[in-house]
Amino acid sequence: MSDALFEALLRLGDNTLVLGHRVSEWCGKAPVLEEDIALANTALDLIGQTQMWLGYAAEVEGAGRTADDLAMLRDVWDFRNILMVERPNMDFGHTMMRQFLFDAYHRAALRGLSISTDPRVAEIAAKAVKEATYHLERSAETVIALGDGTQVSHDKMQAALDLLWPYVGEMFESDAVDAQISDAGIAPDPATLRGGWDTYVQGVMAEATLSIPEDSFAHRGGRTGARHTEHLGHMLTQMQWLQRAYPDATW
Amino acid sequence: MVRPDLQRIWGWLDEVPDPEIPVISVVDLGIIRDVTWDGDTLEVAITPTYSGCPATSIINLDVETALRDRGIGKIRLKKQLSPPWTTDWLTAKGAAKLEAYGISPPSPAGGPSRCPRCQSANVEKVSQFGSTPCKAHWRCLSCLEPFDYFKCI
Repeated sequence: MSDALFEALLRLGDNTLVLGHRVSEWCGKAPVLEEDIALANTALDLIGQTQMWLGYAAEVEGAGRTADDLAMLRDVWDFRNILMVERPNMDFGHTMMRQFLFDAYHRAALRGLSISTDPRVAEIAAKAVKEATYHLERSAETVIALGDGTQVSHDKMQAALDLLWPYVGEMFESDAVDAQISDAGIAPDPATLRGGWDTYVQGVMAEATLSIPEDSFAHRGGRTGARHTEHLGHMLTQMQWLQRAYPDATW
Repeated sequence: MVRPDLQRIWGWLDEVPDPEIPVISVVDLGIIRDVTWDGDTLEVAITPTYSGCPATSIINLDVETALRDRGIGKIRLKKQLSPPWTTDWLTAKGAAKLEAYGISPPSPAGGPSRCPRCQSANVEKVSQFGSTPCKAHWRCLSCLEPFDYFKCI
């Protein structure tokens, strides 16, 4: 069980770590100051959640590693985040569409995790779900405002949705690890979250006057580590550079 | 060593300001969950407001320093996540002090009821986020001043 739990915790912590880092890349160059601050604060919440998930993962592993070791000293193939969060930010519309699709999934997953049979998982999720709910309020509002905005903003949001849709399926993929973890009551099986997510997202997209693509093809390989996109390695060269160049540096 | 009683210790902690909003204390903020003696070690349970809030480590340092200055030698700080902090943990005294300072206190309605400067109810949201993780950015349409609103979670 501890192997499966370690794997499940990496999936949670790597999602928030990689998305948190991506979102932080906007710091200092977002379209307007308020959005810059909002993105930086969202990133901060995600990194805070990462410390809790990876901190617990390191304890469960029991190999003397810390949350920082897991974040800064693993290579691409050891990351367990979904592919969607490692995609480059592209434009602001793409960033906010990705945030919305993830936030809606994240809130549903954390709600399920907050009643986990594992008390540590439950308390971390109970803390994080409040932040995820707040993020979702903003990302949903932004997707609606831009989708149902000008012709230019509408077209950009539709293009973002078309581009991101093939990355949605991986969020709800289940494998042997998920089966073991959900049987033990530690986390909900991701596949069970799909129905509620679809209903919610369809409502927001209708309000945003955006069309959900019909093709249900899904890229996969991130949460198993089998096949990440080429983007993750490039991101890690930035994120991990300091610890790689100056091992064990602290300040 | 004489162990100061817990009520006095709570009083001392009520003099430790929040590092980012110094007008309220860490007790007003509702993040001190428990203070207990374990033998001659004082254990203080602290809960974070937002999970990534950078003030957390400064708060720990300030709490420890304040207790040490009062002569308590053995201190153990414990991070307590559950039940998670919400704005309901903010004391009424803290909410009043926030408003006097110009920060609109959290309201269950999801937004400030009035401008903390001119009391006008004619206010609008500028951004859901603000200068610290715990605040959002609003504006008064009567006196035209921007102000911080303590987010309600």
